[in-house]
Amino acid sequence: MTLAGLAALTFFIGRVMPVDPVIAIVGEQADQETYRAVRAQLGLDRPLPVQFAYYVRDIATGNFGTAIATGHPVIEDIRRVFPATLELATLALLTGVLLGVPLGIAAAVWRGRGPDHAVRLFGLVGYSVPHFWLGLIALVVFYARLHWIGGSGRVSVANVDLVPSVTGMILVDSALDRNWDVFRDALRHIAMPALILATTSMAYLSRMTRSFMLEQLGQEYVTTARIKGLSGFGVTWHAFRNIAVPLVTVVVLAYGGLLDGAVLTETVFGWPGFGQYLTSGLLAGDMNVVLTCTLLVGVIFLALNLLSDVLYRTLDPRTR
Amino acid sequence: MNALVRTGWRSWLSAEVAQSAWQASAQRAWLGWRRFLGNPLAVAGLAVIVALMVVALAAPWIATHDPYAQDLAARLLPPGAGHWFGTDEVGRDVFSRVVYGSRITLEIVFLVAIIVAPIGLAIGTVSGYAGGWLDTVLMRVTDIFLAFPGLVLALAFVAALGPGLFNAVIAIALTHWPGFARLARAETLVVRHADYVSASRIQGASPMRIVLRHVVPMCLPSVIVRTSLSMAGVILTAAGLGFLGLGAQPPSPEWGAMLASGRRFLIDYWWMPTFPGLAILLVSLAFNLLGDGLRDVLDPRSE
Amino acid sequence: MSEPLLEVEDLRVAFESAHGQVEAVRGVSFAVGREKVGIVGESGSGKTMTGRCVLRIPPPTAHVSAKRIAFRGEDLLTASEARMRAIRGRRISMILQDPKFSLNPVMRVGEQVAESFRIHHPGSRREARDRALDMLGQVRIRDPKRVYGLYPHEVSGGMGQRIMIAMMLVPAPELLIADEPTSALDVTVRTQVLAILDDLVAGRGLGLVFVSHDLNLVATFCDRVLVMYAGRIVEECAAGDLGHARHPYTRALLAATPRLDRPRERLAVMERDAAWLEA
Repeated sequence: MTLAGLAALTFFIGRVMPVDPVIAIVGEQADQETYRAVRAQLGLDRPLPVQFAYYVRDIATGNFGTAIATGHPVIEDIRRVFPATLELATLALLTGVLLGVPLGIAAAVWRGRGPDHAVRLFGLVGYSVPHFWLGLIALVVFYARLHWIGGSGRVSVANVDLVPSVTGMILVDSALDRNWDVFRDALRHIAMPALILATTSMAYLSRMTRSFMLEQLGQEYVTTARIKGLSGFGVTWHAFRNIAVPLVTVVVLAYGGLLDGAVLTETVFGWPGFGQYLTSGLLAGDMNVVLTCTLLVGVIFLALNLLSDVLYRTLDPRTR
Repeated sequence: MNALVRTGWRSWLSAEVAQSAWQASAQRAWLGWRRFLGNPLAVAGLAVIVALMVVALAAPWIATHDPYAQDLAARLLPPGAGHWFGTDEVGRDVFSRVVYGSRITLEIVFLVAIIVAPIGLAIGTVSGYAGGWLDTVLMRVTDIFLAFPGLVLALAFVAALGPGLFNAVIAIALTHWPGFARLARAETLVVRHADYVSASRIQGASPMRIVLRHVVPMCLPSVIVRTSLSMAGVILTAAGLGFLGLGAQPPSPEWGAMLASGRRFLIDYWWMPTFPGLAILLVSLAFNLLGDGLRDVLDPRSE
Repeated sequence: MSEPLLEVEDLRVAFESAHGQVEAVRGVSFAVGREKVGIVGESGSGKTMTGRCVLRIPPPTAHVSAKRIAFRGEDLLTASEARMRAIRGRRISMILQDPKFSLNPVMRVGEQVAESFRIHHPGSRREARDRALDMLGQVRIRDPKRVYGLYPHEVSGGMGQRIMIAMMLVPAPELLIADEPTSALDVTVRTQVLAILDDLVAGRGLGLVFVSHDLNLVATFCDRVLVMYAGRIVEECAAGDLGHARHPYTRALLAATPRLDRPRERLAVMERDAAWLEA
């Protein structure tokens, strides 16, 4: 039901724009004939509800139109660029979880003292920093000055297409191919964008973890654990077991948020992924690209929300 | 008011028993203010925001140069005596541009806030109070909007509307209102069944009156908190749009756009994008701190 | 009473609040041997706090001080945290009030009992499991193997509390503090759980500190009774002697309880005397 709404919204956005899509295709110099022909071809001379029906039919059959810049069907383009973003987002999420969750636990356990203040401050800054700016700074410092990491793109020019593309994710592919040079190179290139992208989810996850943990640490069973003679670590583990399930659902949602951040991060780092595809389509005024990408992101977001719900229900022993 | 004159306002505010509804409200506000003051970070946030407003209003006096004046002889100068933040690629003073950029930022924040909060509040309370099919329809609509993450949806809207400051504001507002609507609705659902609301209804109050006089005041604290916190995100989104060239158009000194133009020169002329970026960070942080502080004061049960 | 297991001398617990320091416990002294001692008091009398301070797990914002807290002669006030961890569960244990909250919801109950043993006897998981099963049998759970694998939300209140008792007794402590162990249970189940507790305590020769708000319950269950009011012990006597209690608070408590053998039209309402705060 919501899907239909998604389609409606993107369709509506498409029709609202003041930019004339026909002109975008035929150019300003075209004569009346060509203009009318293309307009008919695009179906723009039909009444609005009919247009919407066409739109839905197109989507249902996987026809998202053709990208102006590449000349390929949008759906193919997306299939090509999506693994790059997938790789980046997944790595960013892993980083966010591996760093954010322990920080949140530490903040809860040492509530009110040093670690708590440090983590909360870090979280605040992580929320407030424009991470495309952070990416720029990182590029200057770590790439230009220190040469620790690779520059833009996924691998250095020399290594492009060197490894057979199995999953589209260079880290995985090069590991499968046992080509460790390419692997290292890819790692050097993905490290910074992943880290920058991870800052928001790190801030979010550390905050949620802290909040969950604090709630648990005030519970009676934690006192029981202490009475039994458990050490601090054992007690924390008892509490952590109780937040594992809500935490998983939160992590899944965070993944959706990463798609959002990927758009700008990819632009800054020249990462040839979905986000950059979207922005270049945007700047070119290619509504097919923009709307399809938006629709896709919406669908993914919805799917993640659904997954989050399902996971919560299946993993919590109390709801079985 | 005689009591006020006689015993001094301090003791009036800290009196054990309030003599009037006005005094009780004033006492509560004063206590809240005192509690707010006890939170240094929140106060810092408020200070920064006030400073932002001052800078924006007094920009012509604070800025050292005309933000649009180009001086090709003074291109790409590092920060120094004449140009506190250095100059950009056509010789414009970065400091002045940052200062004038604060006006744009404030404009965006203000406009989005006065669009989003009232509309979200209105839709949320009406939806929550009315219930039934109206509620379902409105919530479906918000669900659809909420199905998209913030920046992507704003991008789509801007793509449709075209670049420009005002369009950016509309786009951002369109992405943020559902959050407020949901919040207001949640609060409304809690209040809807309260006894005093029922009493009001029995007395013959119209739904409009009930919503305005009883429901909305209950939602205000969380809406205020959320506004502040949202504005932090709005600033980042606006900067992001500006970075992509979709916000205020050049030569406007919008901070995000300054970051974009400074990007090419980043490696050797670091000051160009650094200062606008710091400004964005500072203001966003300030709204976050203020929001957190307000939440501690207005809604202590969350934490 | 032979050599005392627990000695508490002049225990004081204070909290910071908006109105300055609030004293929850104001100079409590008592000793417990291998007997059943009841501590009775209303909410806010400081009885729960006393129990927690013995195990040195007060709330983080509390200031605790005492002249002496000793277990079998060993000073608990100055003991290191590592030493306290060795004592908790192994020598002194505590049962909490409501198994709905005091058992870890995402861990099987058998595991929780076994963990109790394993903490102080690291090593064989098998032995810990066997001991846990055995203990579950001792608290009269009829099918220990099946119950072992259940989650806390799958057992009834009475069974949960018996599991709690099993969990706290499996490492064989010498002193047991019971903090309102039956207050969350139905009256019908209460007797059952108390009987089990009585058997185990007597059978193992444990010392028991029974904290409760129920004067009648404590009077019938325990050997000695301590009455607490506003952070102080106002009465200390053998359970049988309660009828001859001297302090006005205790007498008022006794007068307020309904009795089947002497029914009255109205129950006496306690009049609090500010002098009791100073006693």
